[in-house]
Amino acid sequence: MPTHTPVTPGRATARPGGPARARRGSTGNDWRRRAEVALLVLPALALFLTFVLVPMVQAAYYSLFNWNGLEALDDFIGFGNYSLALGDPVFRDAIGHNLLIVVLSILIQLPLGLGIALLLNRDIRGRGVLRTLIFVPYVLAEVVAGVIWLLMLQPNGVVDEAMASVGLGGLRQLWLGDPDVVLFTLMVVLTWKYVGFAIILFLAGLQGVPQELHEAAALDGASWWQTQWNITIPLLGPTIRIWVFLSMIGSLQLFDMVWIMTGGGPANASSTMVTYLISQGFERFRFGYGSAVAVILFAVSFLLAITYQQLVMRRDTAPTSGRVR
Amino acid sequence: MTRNRTLFAAAALGLSATLVAACGGDDATTAGGGASEAAGGSSGEDVTLTWWHNGNNDPALGYWQGIADEYEAQNPNVSIEISALQNEDLRTRLTAALQSNDPPDLFQQWGGGEMQQQVESGLLMDLTDEIPDAIEPVGGSAAGWTVDDRVYGLPFSLGVVGVWYNQALFEEAGISETPETLEEFLSVTAQLKDAGITPVAVGAADKWPAAHWWYYAAVRECDQDTLEEAGQTFDFSDPCFVRAGEVVQEIVEAEPFNEGYLGTSAQQGATSSAGLLATGEVAMELMGHWNPSVMEGLTEDGTGLGEDLGWFPFPTTDGEGDPTAALGGGDGFSCSAQAPPECADFLAFVMSPENQEGFGGTGIGIPTVAGTQEAVADENLAVLADYRDEAPYVQLYLDTAYGPNVGGALNDAVALLFAGEATPEDVVEAVEAAAATQ
Repeated sequence: MPTHTPVTPGRATARPGGPARARRGSTGNDWRRRAEVALLVLPALALFLTFVLVPMVQAAYYSLFNWNGLEALDDFIGFGNYSLALGDPVFRDAIGHNLLIVVLSILIQLPLGLGIALLLNRDIRGRGVLRTLIFVPYVLAEVVAGVIWLLMLQPNGVVDEAMASVGLGGLRQLWLGDPDVVLFTLMVVLTWKYVGFAIILFLAGLQGVPQELHEAAALDGASWWQTQWNITIPLLGPTIRIWVFLSMIGSLQLFDMVWIMTGGGPANASSTMVTYLISQGFERFRFGYGSAVAVILFAVSFLLAITYQQLVMRRDTAPTSGRVR
Repeated sequence: MTRNRTLFAAAALGLSATLVAACGGDDATTAGGGASEAAGGSSGEDVTLTWWHNGNNDPALGYWQGIADEYEAQNPNVSIEISALQNEDLRTRLTAALQSNDPPDLFQQWGGGEMQQQVESGLLMDLTDEIPDAIEPVGGSAAGWTVDDRVYGLPFSLGVVGVWYNQALFEEAGISETPETLEEFLSVTAQLKDAGITPVAVGAADKWPAAHWWYYAAVRECDQDTLEEAGQTFDFSDPCFVRAGEVVQEIVEAEPFNEGYLGTSAQQGATSSAGLLATGEVAMELMGHWNPSVMEGLTEDGTGLGEDLGWFPFPTTDGEGDPTAALGGGDGFSCSAQAPPECADFLAFVMSPENQEGFGGTGIGIPTVAGTQEAVADENLAVLADYRDEAPYVQLYLDTAYGPNVGGALNDAVALLFAGEATPEDVVEAVEAAAATQ
C-alpha cells in the first residue's frame, strides 16, 4: 500500500477571526456586542432553564423519595430507589439491551451507510430518486413506522408470506413473539429506519472532499477503491465521528419503536432503559423510582458522551484557533 | 363503554396519577358529610352539576343525555353540564382536576385500589347515608366501590369474565358440552388440537389478558376472605396464591394457545386474540363482557362471530374458592367530596330501576340494580348476567383491586409465567416485592 500524505480537513478554509477582527477592538463596541448577545440568548436560556434544567434538578430530588406522584413528598429514602433499580435484573437487562443496540447500530449502519453513500456519490442514473427513497424511512414518524412493521411481522404476516414465496419458508420466525429473536428483529427495523440518516450525513460530508484530490489520485494511478480508502474516508472522519456520537445517544434513549412494536416484551426481552422507566414510573405510579431510573439513564448517556468527546471528537473541535495564528 | 377493558388496561397503565397531595382534603370531607339531608333532598337553590363520563359515542352518549334532560325537567333548579370524553382523555383530565382540587361533581369511577387512594385523600363523597335506597338494590355488586363498609361510588354496569367460544368449531371437533372443570377444559383443548384447531387465543403482549387466567385461578383456589385480606394487607403468604400459579402453569404447559401468543395483542386488528376468535382462527378466549362488541369491530361485516358465539364460565378446580364465584369489574360514578347534595340525588336517579332497565336495553352494559337484568337484550350477555347474579360474590379484577403498583407487578410476573420464565412462586414473590415499595 502506498503511503499517503495526511490531508488537512476542508474546514481549514473557514477561518474565524482574521485581520478584520483586530480593527474592531474598542471597548465600547465590545460591551454593546455583549449586551446584544445576552439579549438574544435570553429567550433560549429561559426555555432551557424552565424545560431542561429545572425538571432535571426536580427529577434528581424526587428520586430520593418513595413517592406515587400524589401524596405529600415526605417518604425520604435516600438512594434506596437507586439500589432497587440497579438490583433489579429487569433493569440491568434493559441497560444491556441498550448497550447491545449501541454496538450493533455502529457495526451495521456504519459500513452499510458508508458503502451506500460512496456509491450514491458517483454519477449514476436515478441518483436523486434513490437518495429520496433511502431517506423516506428516516422522515416517517417513528410511531407510524412501528405500526407498519408490527403488522408486517405478525405470524403469517407479509414478511412470513414473502419469505415463503421465495422458498425461505423454513426460516420463518415468531419475529416479535420469541424472546430469543425479538431484539434482532428490532435491529433490522432500526437499521431500516436510521441508515438513511447516516447516508445523508455522509453524502453531505462527501461534498467537502475536494475533487482535485481525486483527480490527483487518478493521475497517480490509484484505483477507485484505493481513492476511497486513502482519501475520501479519512477526510470524512469528522462526519463519521459525529454520526457515531448521535447514533450512540439515540440508541441509549431508544423508546418509540420498541414501545409500539413490543412494549419491551415478550418477557422483557426487548426492554430498554426508557421502556422500563415508562412502565415503572407511569404505569405503576412509582414516580420517585422512575425519577431514579431517569437519573441513571442521564448519567450513562452523559458519561458516554463526555468520554467520547474527550477520546474521539477532541481533534475535530479543538485545534482550529491554534492554526489561525 | 362496553369496551372499557381495553381502555381500562391502557388507563391502568395510564399517564394518570390519581391523587392529590392531601391538601384541602379535610374540609372537603366535612363539607360532604355536613350537607346530607333526607334522601332525595334538594336544597331548592339553583345548582349546576358537572358530570364527566366516558360514553362519548352513541348509544351511550344519547342515553346519558336523555337521563340528564329528564332529571332537569323534574328538578328545575338543577342544570347538568356533561363532558363526554374518550376514556384516556377522561382519565388524564380527571387526574389533573383531582390534583388541582377542582374536580367535576359526578365522574366515572372504576373502584378498587385507585379509588381507595382517592378516598384516603378525602376526595370522594361518602354515599352510604346519602342515598341508602339506591345502594341497597345494588347489593354485593358495589363491593369494589366500598372502603371500610362505606360506599364511595355506585356501579351502573358490572360484567364478569368468562370463556367466549366458537360453537361451530366445538361441533367440528365433536365437542357437545362445554367444560366445567379444569380436567374437562384440558381435555376439550386436546380434542380441539386433534381436530387441527387452535384451542385458545390470549393476547399476552398486553399482559392483563394473560393475567386474567391467574386472577380467575386465584378466585378458584383462594377463599373470599383470603382474597379480600390480600387486597388490604398485601399478605400473599397463603399457599393458595402459589396454587393459582400452578393452575396457570398446567394450562400453559398443555400448549393450547395461539402461535406467538407472547407477542399477540388483545384487541388490535385481525391477528389480535379477539380478532383470531372473531375470524374463526381459534376456538376460545378468556375475556370480559365487552368482547362481543370488540369482535364486531374486528370483522369486515361488523357481526363478529354472530350466531356461533357462545359463553361459559371459567372452569372449576378443587381449590378453596367458591366454584361459582366470579371475576369481573365495571363502570361506576362517584361524587366528589365538594359536590352539592344534588349530586348524590342525581346519582340515585341514574341508578333508579327504570333507568337501569333503559340502560340494559341499550346493549352497552349489564345493569347492577336487582330485578333489572331482564332488560338485557343480548342473549350471551343475558347468560353472563345470570351467572353474575348467581355468584356469591364478584371479585374485582385483581390489578384494579390491588392498585397500579402491585397490580402492574402481578401482570408483569404472570406474563413471565406464560413465557415459561417464572415459576408460580416467582409470581407471588414479585407481588410481595412490589407491595413492599407501596
